[in-house]
Amino acid sequence: MTIQILYFASLREKLGCNVESLSLPAQVTTVQALRELLAARGGVWQEAFVDSARLRAAVDQTMAQAQTPIHAGSEVAFFPPVTGG
Amino acid sequence: MKIAVQAHDFDTAAEIAALHKNNAQVGAVAIFIGTVRDMNEGTGVARMTLEHYPGMTEKALTAIAEQAGQRWSIFDCTIIHRVGALAPTEQIVFVGVASAHRAEAFAACEFMMDYLKTQAPFWKKEDTPLGARWVDARSVDDAAVARWAAAPTAASTKCST
Repeated sequence: MTIQILYFASLREKLGCNVESLSLPAQVTTVQALRELLAARGGVWQEAFVDSARLRAAVDQTMAQAQTPIHAGSEVAFFPPVTGG
Repeated sequence: MKIAVQAHDFDTAAEIAALHKNNAQVGAVAIFIGTVRDMNEGTGVARMTLEHYPGMTEKALTAIAEQAGQRWSIFDCTIIHRVGALAPTEQIVFVGVASAHRAEAFAACEFMMDYLKTQAPFWKKEDTPLGARWVDARSVDDAAVARWAAAPTAASTKCST
């Protein structure tokens, strides 16, 4: 299945990427599995996605947890803790 | 209910008036306005830039306002949040609530701000003499939002305006 991934703020700058379309292996069906897939790219991706307790995620524009499912066509976003207000 | 994410400034007086005009049942309007400070973490701030997640931001703010409406008896509420480049003293955010009595308005206003700080996808980047830096989330904000889960009836005390 194919999903769209968005990156925001300091994470976007670190990765040098703000949006990408990605075709996922069949076993990648959760936010956690996607994080592991992205970390496997190595370099800054590994730094950003391995053991980053402060990384936040949203699926289809709703705050998500590690086990939140991802579906074909999902819009997944990764970002640091929010600092508005 | 009014939710707005915008680059331009807002007119506080007009927003307050809109919350209670044509509704004689309103006896209280509570508002919060956040502004840009020229100092953070001991360093001068010349300017800040607010980034957000278009689409999710509006959904998150709407959900926050709806939760406040379910939790307290309020007539109307407004959340306006600016994005883009902002200079010290400029207004960033407006949260306003209209209710019959002050307890609900105060509580719902504070609740919405606490949730906005931790749930709405905005990020601040500051220009300082040491260079640009992203603002870190503060644990005090997490603590502020957690107390609403611990005290669901914080505004249940009856009082008159």
